[in-house]
Amino acid sequence: MTLLFIQVFNGLVNGAFYALLSLGLAVIFGMLRIVNFAHGALYMLGAFTTYALGERFGLGFWTSLAIAPLAVGLFGMLLERTMIRRLYDLPASYNLLLTFGLTLVIQDGVRLIYGISGQPYAPPPQLAGATNLGFIVFPTFRLFAIGISVVVCSLTWFIIERTRVGAVIRACTENPTITRAFGIDVSLWVTAVFGFGSALAGLAGVLAAPIYSVDPLMGSELIITTFAVVVIGGLGSILGSVITGYAVGVLVAIGSALYPPIANTLIFILMALVLLLRPSGLFGLQEAR
Amino acid sequence: MNVQRWVVRVGVLLVLVALPRMIYPILAVDILTWGLFALAFDLVFGYAGLLSFGHAMFWGTSGYVTANVLLRTGLPVPVAILAGTIAALVLALPTGYLSIRSAGIYFSMITLAFAQMVDFIARQADRFTGGDNGLPGIPRPPLGPIQFDNPLHLYYFTLALAALGYLIAARATESPFGQALRAIRDNRVRAQSVGYNPRVQMLVAFVISAGLSGLAGGLHTVGHGVVSLDAVNWTTSGIVVMMTLLGGTGTLLGPLVGATLVLLLQDALAFSTSASGVVTGAVFALTVLFFRRGVVGTLLALDLRRRTGERLIGPAK
Repeated sequence: MTLLFIQVFNGLVNGAFYALLSLGLAVIFGMLRIVNFAHGALYMLGAFTTYALGERFGLGFWTSLAIAPLAVGLFGMLLERTMIRRLYDLPASYNLLLTFGLTLVIQDGVRLIYGISGQPYAPPPQLAGATNLGFIVFPTFRLFAIGISVVVCSLTWFIIERTRVGAVIRACTENPTITRAFGIDVSLWVTAVFGFGSALAGLAGVLAAPIYSVDPLMGSELIITTFAVVVIGGLGSILGSVITGYAVGVLVAIGSALYPPIANTLIFILMALVLLLRPSGLFGLQEAR
Repeated sequence: MNVQRWVVRVGVLLVLVALPRMIYPILAVDILTWGLFALAFDLVFGYAGLLSFGHAMFWGTSGYVTANVLLRTGLPVPVAILAGTIAALVLALPTGYLSIRSAGIYFSMITLAFAQMVDFIARQADRFTGGDNGLPGIPRPPLGPIQFDNPLHLYYFTLALAALGYLIAARATESPFGQALRAIRDNRVRAQSVGYNPRVQMLVAFVISAGLSGLAGGLHTVGHGVVSLDAVNWTTSGIVVMMTLLGGTGTLLGPLVGATLVLLLQDALAFSTSASGVVTGAVFALTVLFFRRGVVGTLLALDLRRRTGERLIGPAK
């Protein structure tokens, strides 16, 4: 029984990352109708910024937690302003391709500077060690990561679905021309939303630094898994991406405890099943055809 | 037009015949196999308008099957490649059937995810794939006068089969089937209303494309005498997109030109994998941003302008 609980919590840790990343993808897709392939590279940049801030400037985890997502968000805005923006009038595939090219540049650029070996990063002293939850003992930092992910995901959902800011964002998506007529600078909002989605990836990267080793390819496998999560949940669905992120994390953890070789394949089997029964994803709109 | 087309084809063939005298033969083999792979990919991307991000699964599956046939049986090389090609065709049926139900970006995501399934299976099935070590030292028994261990013999054998693949692709795109495919790409509803079944046409295109990718993957495996997990990795799916776009999508020679450029670039930067990644990534991003017609597409557009005095309207989609 304890083993089962531990697996569920391990699954929640993975799910916390799936949820943050697929949420970022969903926010960007929802507004711009593009799939950001560079999302995994932005996640990696978040982790490397954290590592570099510690290594070069002696800044601790808490400072990085504030700075790194901001830095990655700004970097995302720069990409949107200078390049991604130019392709909005073309089929969405072109932005997938552009961001694929950018992924290679970012990933191999970091590899040129830091080499291919992973760098360790210690959790902050306040969150080191393990916590006794009564039924299991679990590493404190991982519980913290789950907590942050849940809070940030809920806040994002609330902002987009329930506030005025969210209403503006949804208006920009649904009818940019009329929204512009109301005096709203749609292009500025587009950049801001892209920056926000990127910052979510950066945040996931900061949280990942003490859990997984920090290496240039850390985002490349994760982004593919995240794509599967997004396909299962339905592209562009905010709620769907978060719920699916956690659910898939837990399911995979339990599945791999029962039959280890299936661990990484399970998510893609799930995806095939969903596609077979519901091509637009569990929470998706019917626009997938 | 037809005469001009054959003049170009014969010219390209002559260059390819002379190629192993200009660059070292294994690089020349790579140009043929990747060129064929990119052409196969272009059938789905350029002609059917669907961006597959998972074509490595056909290339890699065929590579592993070809390797296993050669390692485990004494069968001749062409039989092994045929087996690999058939494996790719068989894989294309379920994956194609499921993915063509979606269009646009959804199609890309789904093909990518299928390719990842194949990638993970290849990692697990190390008795069949050698896992992280790959399958080195694949035997290539001589076939009559053809000594596969002689780089020139290997090259001309590959050239013959790649040319066959090219003719199949050319036949497919120039036939009424190819016309129907373009009609569906440009206006699905209209094509449907004149009696075409988009799903069937798309599936046929997908399967032909997978078969040619398999042929290319088998030839590549034989060419190197080794197959590794790289063959099924998603970056392989990405590189083939890159080659096709750089050379010119929706053209028959563009993919070969693109493959040549990318391979020569990688060869020049072979001293550092990372530097090579940065440069190819940047070239690709710039191509997507500013040069979407690609090399051959641009030449065709210039040629059309010269002959008709008209500019093609707007940038290529």
